[in-house]
Parts: sequence; C-alpha cells; structure tokens
Amino acid sequence: MAVSTQPIEAYLVNKPAREKPFPWGPALLITTALGFMALFLVLPLLIVFSEALSAGLAEYLAALDDPNVFSAIWITLIIAAIAVPANVVFGVIAAWCIARFEFSGRNLLITLIDLPFSISPVIAGLLEVLLFGLNGLLGPWLGNHNIQIIFALPGMVLATTFVTFPFVAREIIPLAQEQGNDEEEAAVTLGASGFQIFWRVSLPKLRWGLLYGVLLCNARAMGEFGAVSVVSGKIYGLTDTLSLAVESLYDSYEIQAAFAVASLLAMLALVTLVLKAALEWRHRDELHAVRRKKAAT
Amino acid sequence: MSTTIEIKNIFRQFGQHTVLSDVNLAVEPGELLALLGPSGSGKTTLLRLIAGLDFPDAGLIKFDKDDALGRKPKERGVGFVFQHYALFRHMTVFENVAFALRVRRAPKAEVKSRVDALLKLIQLETLAGRYPAQLSGGQRQRVALARALAIQPRVLLLDEPFGALDAVVRRDLRRWLRNLHEEMNITTLFVTHDQEEAFELADRVVIMNGGKIIQQGTPIGIYRAPADAFVHEFLGESNKFPCLIKSGMVHAVQDGEPGFPIGTAAAPNGAATAYIRPHHVLIRPNARAGWTVSRVTSTGAQARVNVTLGGITAESIVTADSILESGLAEGEAVDVTFTGGTLFDANGKNPIKISALKPSLAQLGTGTR
Repeated sequence: MAVSTQPIEAYLVNKPAREKPFPWGPALLITTALGFMALFLVLPLLIVFSEALSAGLAEYLAALDDPNVFSAIWITLIIAAIAVPANVVFGVIAAWCIARFEFSGRNLLITLIDLPFSISPVIAGLLEVLLFGLNGLLGPWLGNHNIQIIFALPGMVLATTFVTFPFVAREIIPLAQEQGNDEEEAAVTLGASGFQIFWRVSLPKLRWGLLYGVLLCNARAMGEFGAVSVVSGKIYGLTDTLSLAVESLYDSYEIQAAFAVASLLAMLALVTLVLKAALEWRHRDELHAVRRKKAAT
Repeated sequence: MSTTIEIKNIFRQFGQHTVLSDVNLAVEPGELLALLGPSGSGKTTLLRLIAGLDFPDAGLIKFDKDDALGRKPKERGVGFVFQHYALFRHMTVFENVAFALRVRRAPKAEVKSRVDALLKLIQLETLAGRYPAQLSGGQRQRVALARALAIQPRVLLLDEPFGALDAVVRRDLRRWLRNLHEEMNITTLFVTHDQEEAFELADRVVIMNGGKIIQQGTPIGIYRAPADAFVHEFLGESNKFPCLIKSGMVHAVQDGEPGFPIGTAAAPNGAATAYIRPHHVLIRPNARAGWTVSRVTSTGAQARVNVTLGGITAESIVTADSILESGLAEGEAVDVTFTGGTLFDANGKNPIKISALKPSLAQLGTGTR
C-alpha cells in the first residue's frame, strides 16, 4: 500500500475568512465594562483610602484612636450581630413555610417580605419614631415603663432589622421552592426525625443561598444610614454608628478623620468579600457539583 | 423471614378527586410485584401510603398482621427509591448511603463497614467521594437503592425506578435489580407505566386504572386473558373491529352489515368489539384474495403490514425476514386469517375468547368475494 508523503498542509481546506462585521466589538464591550467598574467602584475606594492617609499614617491612626470612634465601631458591630441572626432565623422560617406549605396569605407574605426594599429607609425610621417615639402610638406606655427605644440602641437595631429584612429571605425562598420536598421525604423514609431533617437536609441544602444572603444582609446592616440616622438622635459617642460618625465628622470639617472612619467601613466590606471567596474556594468541589447540576436541569 | 403486605379497602381523596377507591391487595413474602398503570392511576399514591409518606382516608395496611398505619414511617422498615432519586445533593455518595445509619447514631466503625459493603453491592466503591451531580443517571439510581437498603428494610418500594434512564442502561439495571432481588429476597413493590418493564421484572403484575385495581396475575396470564378492553389496549397494540355475532360466528361490521368473518366465539347474538393483537393477524399472498397491502414498514427485526378490505384496516406484525423472503409489496392482494382475539361488550367488559376459523373456511370467507 502506498503511503502518502505529502505534508499535512496539502490536505487542508482553505477556510473562507469568517465574516466579522464589527471586529472591535468584543474589545469595546469589555473596555466599557471595565472602565465603568474602575470609575464607579475602584476609584471611589482609592479616594477613600488616599484621603484617609493624606496626612500620613500617624494622623490616620490618631483619627481612629478616639473613644467616639471605638464606640461607633462597637455599636455598628452590635447592631449587625443582632439584626443579621434575626433575619437569618426569619428568612429560614419564611422559606421553609413558603416552600413546604400551601396556605392562605402565602402570596401576601412573599409581597410583604419585599416591602422594606420599596420603602425609603428614612420613611422606615420615621415610622418607628411615630410608633415608639415619646408622642408616638406606644410612646406613653414605654415612657411609663422606662423603656427607651428611640434615640437608643434598641431603636437602631429595630430600624436596621427592618431595612435588611428581605436580604436573607429573598435569597433562599426561590432556592427552597426550586429544590422542592423530595429530599425531606427521602429523609423521612430513612428514619430521620423532624429536627434531624431540618439540620441535616433542609438547612444544608440552602446553605449557599444562606451564605450570600447573610453577607449581603451584613454589608447592608453595617452600612445602613437613613433609617438609623432618623431613630438614633445622632448623639456623638453614644448612638453613632460608623456611617453616622462619618457624616458627623465630615459636617464638622474633620475631612481626614471622616475618610479614616470611612476606610474602616470599606475594609469591613473587603473582609466580607474575602471571606466569601475563601468559603467558595474551600467548598469548591461541592459548589462545582451543585452548579453543574443546576446547569443540567 | 420476608414480610407479607396486606392492603384492605383503601380509599384516598385529594379534595374532590378520588385517587384510590377500594383498593385491596395481598403481597406475598419475598415477592417482586409490579404496579402497572397509566399516569394518574393512583399507583404512586398507593406506594406512598405503604411507606407512610401519606395516609389513607379509610382502609387498612398490614405488614405481617401488624397494623402499619399505626406506625410512623421510620418504624415501618420501608426502603423507598424515589422517581427522581431525591439524593441529598449536598452529601457525597458515601454520606448519602450512610444517612440512615447516622440519624440512628450508629457507631462510626459500623457505619463505615455497612456503607462500604453497600457500595460494593452497587459496584460504586470508587465513587464514594463524589457528589450526586457528578454521577450518571444509572449511578444515581444505584446510590438511591443502596441508601434505601441501608435501613435493612422489610419492604422495598420503587417509584418508576428506571423512568429517567435511557434504553440500554434501563435494560442492564433491570437485570441487575432482578438478580439483586433474588439474592436479598425482600418483599418488593415497584411502580411503572412501562408494560415491558413490569413483565420482564415482576413475579406478579397488578394493573391499575382510575384509582382501582383492574386485574392482577402473572405477566403471561394477564396478557393472555385481559380482564377488560383497557387492559388489552394498555398491554400492547390492538386492532379494534366493531363486530356482529350470529350463531357463534364473529363478523366484522362493514357498512352496517355483517362483513368478513373473524372467528368463532361462544357469545350471544348481537354487537361487540373484537380486539386482536397484530401478531394474531396472519397474511398470505394470494392474487385472488380480497385484502390489499396498503403499507409496509420495518422496525428492525419486525415489520408492520397494514392490510385493508372495504374501508377496514388491520395491522399485522411479522418478521422482517419473512417480508424479504416473500417479497410482499404495497398494493399486493393477500389472504388474512385471524388466529386469536378477544370480544368485549359495549362497556369494554365481559371478555370472550375468539377462536380461529379453520383455514379452509377462512379462505372461503375472503377469497371468494
């Protein structure tokens, strides 16, 4: 049998040149997207840090070394530490109910969960003042029992919880609905109790949605300004959160100090992002598998 | 050792809709039983009642004389394989199989050895660390089965076990499941809408329709003697001819008159419908005959031949080889003989066997027209 000795090129077919009506299209789109990101996300972040450090590291640290700033950090963390778990508990219960049961008022509940998204945070704060304030609906009763809600930590926690209400629930309700009830039923036949089903099946099933919900909720809880600003009374060093402290400092022309505090908030956001990335990396196998399943169905 | 299941007068309604109506069934120990029926016939609901995932409105379910309805699902010892497997997506194969042992707080060493043994049984030892999403359909099916077997069930229930698999995997898994059943001898019920699957796998087949059990028996028994027209049609293709019976002779109705003869039957005079399987329609080339071949299609080993006479079409199934040998083509004239069939009344009930005419008579009936 004769073996051909021709070079491979001899067999190649001349491909017609692919038509490119707009050859710079992809490059242009990518540049636009990146430019937009740089302008609106990266640049402000850089400005925050550069302004904060404009008078040198010593001044930066001095601006932060202030009991009022410590108090603001503390209050911000406390508010988040209460509001986020409260919304996790509520979100999981709501998702569980909505995905498992058909009940009257189910659609109303779904709509109500979105309410805080559509109401301006300032209005939310105002509503609380009207409810709990001295001249509010419950004000006189609270006053008689010496319970202070408005212009104090409880009011700020309530306002933050209200504003961040939808973040966890909105993230996991669609997930719970999509995943259905099959795995829970399988767990029943395998002899798991209701408690075991919840902790070993229902909750883990939702854990990635829950994680994103918690991170978003936390970011918003720490950065919330409008509602908290209305109910806090802005008593510097007493009811100031980090975001309120930024405003007070800025208003009193302590620009560099304001940016120094703002940089703390920015760093909290960055830490959150890193945490999320680290978790995703650690569970990359499972996440990859779950995502692939999603794509396949 | 194996468990008997006794199901008595079971009723189940969802709102206004009756899903199960007076269902009675006895399952023998170690039996492999198929619940066969179209979708919406109530077969999955019956399975869920046995497992305790749902409760009947009335009736009794007993395992070995022991009232199962009074027991929680976890106390019934029922292994359930779900239609879409319902594997725990956030757990590896190992953890899925181990789940039942973990919730029972079994010692770690025992969990390891039991799960390893089950993974060996389903031939997936090497994939213990995979997540369900990383498995093929057949592999997921086997994991679901191993997970159900981990509780050492008295009763194994499978809901459309092969429904979501392709044909080749389905065939392999069927044989594998049959062998497994012979080894373990657990009383097993499975639900299917696939007649072939039920017949190949099951010792006994229960046919359901509209929330009722229509017929039960061995695959061959049911196929030979269907209880009503629904069963006849559900179990395979049927030719249906409106008939008139005159002194034991079955004639097809042509233009409102008794036409070509089909066979003889011990039936009273009057109207009925004859159901005839395509393989009971025999064709023989005969230039003088009245029937004409209207269509020939081959499906591999078999060929379908449609023949018509006076506006009535019958379908015959023959081997593709015989078509090649005889060179039968469309438009050709043929003799047609019916070698069997069943008569049903206007309500599709009261089956009566049709016996074949003697060949000479049959030829007289068609050939001389």
